[in-house]
Amino acid sequence: MSVVSPATKPGSPATKPVNLERRSLLSAIRPSRAILNIVLVVSAVFWLVPTIGLAIISLRPESLFQQSGWWTALTAPSQLTLSNYQTLFAQGLVARGVLDSLITSLEITVPATLLVTIISSLTAYSLVFGRWPGRSVVFLVIVGLLVVPIQVALIPVVQEYRVFGDLSGFNPFGTIPGVVIFHVAFGLPFGIFLMYNFYSGIPKEMLEAGRIDGAGEWQLFRRVALPLGLPAAASLMIFQFIWVWNDLLVALIFLGNNKHATLTIFLFEQTRTLAANYWIISTGAMISIFIPLIVFFSFQRYFVRGVLAGAVK
Amino acid sequence: MAEIGTEATPRARRRAAAVNEGGNPGGGWRDHLGSLAFLAPGAIFLLAITVYPLAATARNSFYDATASNYVGLANYKEIFSTSSILVTFRNNVIWVIVFPFLVTFIGLVYGVLSERIRWSTAFKTIIFMPIVFSATASALVWRTIFDLDPHIGIVNATIQTASDWINPPGLYPVDPSAGQSVAGLVATGVSAGPKDSLESSSTVTAGNPVELGLIGISPATLQLVGAQTAVVPTASPGAVTGLVWRDFSPSNPTARGQVLPDELGFPGLKLTLLRSDGTSAGTAVSDAHGDFSFGSVGSGSYKVQIDSSNFSSGFTGIFWLGTQSLTPTSSLNQTAQALLSVPLVDISMILAYLWIWAGFAMVVIGAGLASLDREVLEAARLDGAGEWQTFRRMTMPMLAPVLIVVIVTMLINVLKIFDIILNMAPGSSQGDANTLALAMYNFGFTGGLGNWGLASALAVILFILVIPAIVLNLRRIRG
Repeated sequence: MSVVSPATKPGSPATKPVNLERRSLLSAIRPSRAILNIVLVVSAVFWLVPTIGLAIISLRPESLFQQSGWWTALTAPSQLTLSNYQTLFAQGLVARGVLDSLITSLEITVPATLLVTIISSLTAYSLVFGRWPGRSVVFLVIVGLLVVPIQVALIPVVQEYRVFGDLSGFNPFGTIPGVVIFHVAFGLPFGIFLMYNFYSGIPKEMLEAGRIDGAGEWQLFRRVALPLGLPAAASLMIFQFIWVWNDLLVALIFLGNNKHATLTIFLFEQTRTLAANYWIISTGAMISIFIPLIVFFSFQRYFVRGVLAGAVK
Repeated sequence: MAEIGTEATPRARRRAAAVNEGGNPGGGWRDHLGSLAFLAPGAIFLLAITVYPLAATARNSFYDATASNYVGLANYKEIFSTSSILVTFRNNVIWVIVFPFLVTFIGLVYGVLSERIRWSTAFKTIIFMPIVFSATASALVWRTIFDLDPHIGIVNATIQTASDWINPPGLYPVDPSAGQSVAGLVATGVSAGPKDSLESSSTVTAGNPVELGLIGISPATLQLVGAQTAVVPTASPGAVTGLVWRDFSPSNPTARGQVLPDELGFPGLKLTLLRSDGTSAGTAVSDAHGDFSFGSVGSGSYKVQIDSSNFSSGFTGIFWLGTQSLTPTSSLNQTAQALLSVPLVDISMILAYLWIWAGFAMVVIGAGLASLDREVLEAARLDGAGEWQTFRRMTMPMLAPVLIVVIVTMLINVLKIFDIILNMAPGSSQGDANTLALAMYNFGFTGGLGNWGLASALAVILFILVIPAIVLNLRRIRG
């Protein structure tokens, strides 16, 4: 037990007899260190199996899939080959191929992430450091919006896009901007919430001093709030990146009949073909989790912070 | 400090305003132009893409499929009177009842236990990692894990290994679930016996060889067991001899009843010699050529039985993604069934979702544990409270707010559950695994133009269901 209870340490003889008495019953139930480790090792193995299985399936030739389980490769590593990846990448940028979908996913995720981060920072700045009346009400509305399901907005936004298209000649439905706009709007409540909480921790005096010195709001935002808020912005960016990258529903609806698809749509459509090609599905799934995994392992600390800050979405 | 602060603020505000707006020390809305400009982009997005649509969806829910004619409550009536839609409520209820508590419990166990090991960082990383995978990719992974075929799905493979160990399958498996039957193997000189066994059609006596012909066993199976050319059995006094062979000649496919040179024997068959009263007079196993012999047999007539164990197919897989109900509802009417059955696929999907989210619960609860007042806990221990008592009486109550946050977060999450079902439930199970969010998508956006009125009504119901969570969040922020 790494959390050593002081009662078991020498030096508190007065409490010891009581302890022994009370613990005699419990020591029978309380797992020993060995059992604890075994339980957690088994759990960890259970948690790793799906990912390892996916990786191995993607590395085995298609012909072996029906014949024997992926786990046979654990004792026969010669089964493993990169040919599935080579075949998929050899398609190049064919519309709705893996590479094309990867790029489409990036084209949606990167702008959506940057816009959410910038707009959230601006809004949170105004809510925390502005002095207009009704700020707290607006903040409460935003907190209320945190858990609003995106389902309530899908149909009206499709209608709005159509009206906008009639007026301006550009209907965002079926385009990448159309997907990005939706993602930004639904990323904002969480983003503003996170940045608001962070900015609230910055002493107001720091900005007041700048105001007295005649700095404009934009300067104060850029010179004071933005640099100080970087850690929170980093959390937000990572969180938002993974959120948008993994989205299926919004892309499925707002990309419409676009000839390009995101990776999640690519995978979804592969399962819907008559003869589902497991080698394409598993290899595509590996490719789709590759970028989130890199982000996860590079910025785990920021990601965890984002998760903790927004345990509401 | 505080007094200085409150004193400085109005003065600073006036001064800053004077600098920014070039005068107008009295204040007014122009004071706030700068701040409001910062607010504008966010406000436009939120008003246009979330606030207004919320109202528009409420309106659409009272309109028809094209959102153009007012129909009153018709959409809601349809939702509550259609059993295929009521299924979505049942599934949402199953998810909401089972998942949040299960994931919080596992998160709590892992959070508490992982504090006590040296490799806690590695452990937490392993459990937390799936959270970055899309539900789509995770669903596909778990679909393979639960695959019906034990050669593909590791769950069924594990069960099969255990089952084969207890009750090994025969060399010539006949799978009834694939439409095969033991009686279908009959060709020459055999007929179906009791309990999936076969027996010689006529009685046999010592010294008179018997030939038993079977068909319908694949060449692959024969190759696997090392079958060799069938050899016509020789008579042996005092013994019942015979042959079991594949009565199928590739060069002469229609010939039956004769042992041809390109026909194979069945090795390894377990045979029993039956007396006329059905008791066993001996057992034998056929050789590579399909020949067998029961030695030292008395006079009298017998039958040769090919044991059913030869054809046992063993465990062939459970359809984990199927719709068989875990509650007995088959006798109920359609609506009651829709409301009360618990399809197996739901449980399989809940396990997959648990794999994704347990890390989240563990990390949030772990952070809650780390922020607990150690001194209070240590004091409890000093006062003689045992480890379990300290946990139950001190840690748990102090942790309760965190546990509630996790439960509520997961509750909202599963209310909206969508992609895992769309991707994990096979086509045949989609209808039974359907949820509100998925039904909203299906009604609104698949099958031609869709039914926007009905889809909107489903979205409104979904929104009403999250209102308690909104209230809870607001209370938490204000309090």
